[in-house]
Order: sequence, then C-alpha cells, then structure tokens
Amino acid sequence: MRRFCASIIGRKLMKFKKLITVVVGALAIPFAAIAGEDSQLTVEGQLMVTSVAAPAHMENVDEIFSGWVFRKDETQALQMDDFDNPAFIFIDKAIDTFSKVEGTAGKACVSCHESPEVFKGLRASMPRVNSSGELETIPELVNGCRTERMGAEKWKWSGGSMAGIVGLIGLQSRGMPVNVNIDGAASSTWDKGKELYYTRVGQLNMSCANCHEDNYGNMIRADHLSMGQINGFPTYRLKNAKLNTIHGRFKGCMKNIRATPYKEGSDEFKALELYVASRSNGLTIETPSVRN
Amino acid sequence: MKLTRRDTMAIGGAAALTTILPSLSSAATPVNELVMGVTGGADAASTGISLTAPEIAENGNTVPISIDAPGAVAITVMAAGNPRPGVATFNFGAGSASQSATTRIRLAGTQDVVAVAEMADGSFASAHQTVKVTIGGCGG
Amino acid sequence: MAAVAAKKGRKVMAKGVKARVKVPKTADVGEIVTLKTLISHKMESGLRKDSDGNKIPQSIINRFTCAFNGNTVIDVKMAAAISTNPYFAFDAVVPEAGEFHFTWYDDDGSIYEEKKSVKIA
Repeated sequence: MRRFCASIIGRKLMKFKKLITVVVGALAIPFAAIAGEDSQLTVEGQLMVTSVAAPAHMENVDEIFSGWVFRKDETQALQMDDFDNPAFIFIDKAIDTFSKVEGTAGKACVSCHESPEVFKGLRASMPRVNSSGELETIPELVNGCRTERMGAEKWKWSGGSMAGIVGLIGLQSRGMPVNVNIDGAASSTWDKGKELYYTRVGQLNMSCANCHEDNYGNMIRADHLSMGQINGFPTYRLKNAKLNTIHGRFKGCMKNIRATPYKEGSDEFKALELYVASRSNGLTIETPSVRN
Repeated sequence: MKLTRRDTMAIGGAAALTTILPSLSSAATPVNELVMGVTGGADAASTGISLTAPEIAENGNTVPISIDAPGAVAITVMAAGNPRPGVATFNFGAGSASQSATTRIRLAGTQDVVAVAEMADGSFASAHQTVKVTIGGCGG
Repeated sequence: MAAVAAKKGRKVMAKGVKARVKVPKTADVGEIVTLKTLISHKMESGLRKDSDGNKIPQSIINRFTCAFNGNTVIDVKMAAAISTNPYFAFDAVVPEAGEFHFTWYDDDGSIYEEKKSVKIA
C-alpha cells in the first residue's frame, strides 16, 4: 500500500495538471486515509494480482491497479468470500439458466456445452478478432448461439439474463491474467478504441482519460476514482445491487459526462472494450467483482 | 493560464459542494426518542451491546452492519435519519449460539444508526453510531 | 479451485427470487456454526416513483426465520431499509444431527424456503 501511495504521489508531483482537472483535484483527499489496509486480494484461497507493471502500450502510466484497490475496507471484504459476494446470487441464477431449455431447437446451453467449466480461459482473452476478421465479444457469442443454434430470442446486452451468463462464463477465468491481443487483425480496431478513450465528449467535455488516467487515486466528490479497469466485469455494484456489464458501464459513464452514449454492442463500444481490456493486461480476472 | 467561463463555474460549483451529504437534521428522529420507543420509557444501559458500522459508507444503498448483545432476547435496529426509522428487529431463539447478527442496510444520508437490545431480565441496552453517507462521483 | 459455484439443489423461486444459504455439512455435537443467508429480492421500498411520478408500491420481504429441528434460531422482522438482496449472518448451535429450515416471507404472500441438513461429524 505504501508503494502504491508513493507511486501515485510521485506521479502527481511530476505531472502538470490541466485546469479542467482542477475541479476534481481540488477535492483531493489523501489516498492513505481512505484506502483499505490490506493491499492483497485473495478469493477462496487464490491470490489475485491487483497491481502490476503497466503494459508496454500505455505511455502515461507505469503501474496499473485493479478497481478493487480503490474501494473501502468493507467493500473489499465483500469480494473476498464467495458467499459474502452478493454477485453470486446472480451466478446461481445463471447456472439454472445454463440448463434451461429455450427456443425452437429444444436445447439448453448444457446440450452442447457440458458445463460452464468448458469456458475456462475464454474471458481472459476477450474481446478478440474471429476467423471472419470481426471483433467479437462474449454477449455476441451468447446471442449467436441463442439465435442460430437454439432458435431462441436474442437477450438484451445488459439485461439480467445476459449479465448473469456473462458473469458465469467470466467466473471460469477468475484468477487468470488478462491477455487481450492488440496486434495483427485487432490492431486497427484497437487504435480506434484508443482514440475513443482519449477523445473529449459531452457537455462536460471529458474523455475517459481525464478521470481514469489523469486523476485515478483522487476523489471525485466522495467517490474514489479508479483506473476504470474492466477485469472484474460483470461487477456487482452496491449502487444498484445487481450485476453491471461493460457496455452498461460505458453507457453510464458517458451519461455522467452528459454525452449521448454509443449503443451497447455498437462498434464504438466494442472497440473501446478492446482498448480498455488491453489496459488491464497482466491484472487477473476478478469476475464477478464487487464495486461501488 | 486562461480561465474559461466553464472552468470558473465548475470550480465555483465544486467549492460549494459538500462531499458528505449533511445529516437531515430537521427530519431525523432524536436518538433518545427512538430508544424510548423500544424500551417504553425505561432507561437503556450504554454497555452490553455493540454496534459495528463503517464510519463512512461506500454507498448508502448497501451498508454492512453488525450487532452483538450477549444475553439479549431481541435487538432492534433503527436509522434515525431515514424517512422511516425502522430497520429490523432480531429475535433470538433457543437455537441461537450468540445474540449477534450481520446484515446490510440502506441509509438515506448521514445519520445515526441505533441499536437497542432487550435483555432476558427485561432490562435494556443501547448503542448508536454516526455513519457518514457520501455523494458519489459524476452520476452519484 | 472450484470455478463453478456448485448447484446444491436450489429451487428457482417465484418471480425469479433465488436464495443461497451457507451451512456446514457436518458439525460436532454442540458446535457453534456461523450461518449465512442471501436472497435475491428487490426490496421495493415504497418510496420510489416511476417515470410518470406515481409511487411504486412497497414490496419487500418482511420477515426471515431460521429454525433447527423445529427450534427457532432467529426470527427477523424486516423493514424496507434492509438492502436489496437481503443478507443475514448469525450463529447457531448444532445440538444433534438435523435440519436447518430457512423461511422468507414476502409482502405479496409468497413464502420462500430452503432446507439444509447437518450431520454429526
């Protein structure tokens, strides 16, 4: 934790803050006063990597941190036990859904996929470019199965059913390092995502980077700003007491800065998801995490 | 550096904001009154019950609390500043190993959380703690 | 590490309400065990308004009980200030082999139940 503080303070002293970020910086409260004392996240006996050297492609940041690190002790504690973690009630529901027959083909997920465990490793490298050269995300894979192989209806991108199943699939990669590919066929989409990350939008004229790169560790009103990592998504937010998806959160963030959000499942959000996921390469998958 | 109008307004607005939601003091029920409501007017000892709650709640929607009163028959928990103060009453039966429980509650703003234990001998004990409930980030 | 939360014969409840209980499978005679319970429920407080400005009526779980072989462990009267997805953790004594019976009572009249057996070690 001290190492974390030193790196934040050192970085802040060296970096010249733009005026627009003074609004947020003016309310800065010493990080050490808020952060939990345990800097280690172990879940069901497994140690998660919550801080690691930033991937080479990140120019302005030396070290990356999981969102877990920025939460208060009580919130952190909720994620450390699979029973205390309220997300698991939705995982349980998803396990039921996995065996539920739906659609004209009379199948359930389990008809083709022996158990959720077959998805081990998938979440860690998503989103990815498929053999047709398109970037694909987990919700698209799920809906593809539903519409093409089950004869069932598409699920809403961030509805309860999809969030639960994506959470269940993500859980199978828990503890594995995020390892998203940004080269080759993915690189042009990744560039697009990166551009979106750094472009100011909305009435408040802010980009993702203004908060999550320039001001992580500071307080925004009384909320402790994280780096905006998605390695724990879908996440159970205390604020709405349910599982929240990646695109759902992107949409919420854009609304918060009074911008018209892109649509969930849009090319923009998919590209952004790829870029943001690559910013956490090296951290471990924490799905399903607990956040504010 | 040149201050744009947006910047000035933003800074002024930020300065005016309190980061902590003030206690709804006009609407809050006095702690004493809540305690008397449970004891029926009898005094409550200040020892014999412990209430554990965070000093600052990460989010008012889900605040973890614990109560423990060895020898209690029942513990009533109230939130003095909520629109309706009642939170829960825990009744302990013969099968309980301790007179304690943990749960998660909703707090509408900074306020006192109050716990009153009714002991087996008919006496009472109470504890209370202020929990600060904060306004979140951009969108709350 | 069990990557999949094992499905322990939980029923899917009315309205998609789902309960989870943590009970040890075995215990020594007289052992004190910590039980944890969680149930998915909106706990609609009755204070929220819909987009037309009309109050959304209260609809909460108003009572939770736990008994062991018919003896009450805990009986909780709940108000709307209990968070969405109500959670309770409490201690119980295991005097003999038997069954923990958990019950949640919904404002709408539904009753949700879970049962878990405990063997003596």
